[in-house]
Amino acid sequence: MVESTRFRVRSGKLDRRKLTLGAAASVAAAGLPLALLAQDTGEGWEQAVRKVLGEAKPIEGKLLVDLPEIAENGNTVPFTVSVDSPMSGTDTVKTMHIIATANPQPGVATFHFSPLSGKAAVAGRMRLARTQDVIVIAELGDGRFLMHKRNVKVTIGGCGG
Amino acid sequence: MAKARIKLPEGAKVGDVIEVKTLIAHVMETGQRKDVEGKPIPRSIINAFKVTFGGQEVFAAELHPGISANPYLAFFMKVPGPGEFEFTWIDDAGVKVVERMRLNVA
Repeated sequence: MVESTRFRVRSGKLDRRKLTLGAAASVAAAGLPLALLAQDTGEGWEQAVRKVLGEAKPIEGKLLVDLPEIAENGNTVPFTVSVDSPMSGTDTVKTMHIIATANPQPGVATFHFSPLSGKAAVAGRMRLARTQDVIVIAELGDGRFLMHKRNVKVTIGGCGG
Repeated sequence: MAKARIKLPEGAKVGDVIEVKTLIAHVMETGQRKDVEGKPIPRSIINAFKVTFGGQEVFAAELHPGISANPYLAFFMKVPGPGEFEFTWIDDAGVKVVERMRLNVA
């Protein structure tokens, strides 16, 4: 049960206060119009990104995001995310995060890799409420971050409502 | 929570990087939807997934409502030798599903 406690702390409310404070800064850093922030209710995707990156500046790199260009059904959009990494020594991938910028709750999932992983790749299915950008962030063993953004057009939105 | 399905490759050798495919039946209710009377349907999702092999962590995931119903996850492992996988899914109600599966090494 030690592991599940860790899950809760990482995804829970503990750092929400800090996040709200950081929101404005992250928007400014990303050079986004403030109007975007005004539209947000609750925890926006900027906060979600900020929560992962902290002060770090992500680099564009060997992060592969496989998503359909057009998803007919937003309820099940298949994804594969991977980083070309030998997964040994310090050249490893610690975690990967998926953030859906226009979902009511932008966080989709966080994946943790280990020395046993052998390959930093994971496949699954996600919900997309409507056409939007999907952001994938990978945290490397040396503390650097890779980030990649992909636009997915959604014909029928997921998430219900 | 209900049935989980796991697929391991046949004839893996030590040092091979194998793909492990998992699927579990779960509604993954987002908490965003409303019922016919307009009342919100409470959130009910699997929020954590963890995989160990021979007691060592291989892969773990924190899942949010953006993951589709009946979560499918596929990941990789470099085979250290023969051993047993343990897969654990935990949902919002605290229900835990644990599956064990042996990996035979050629």
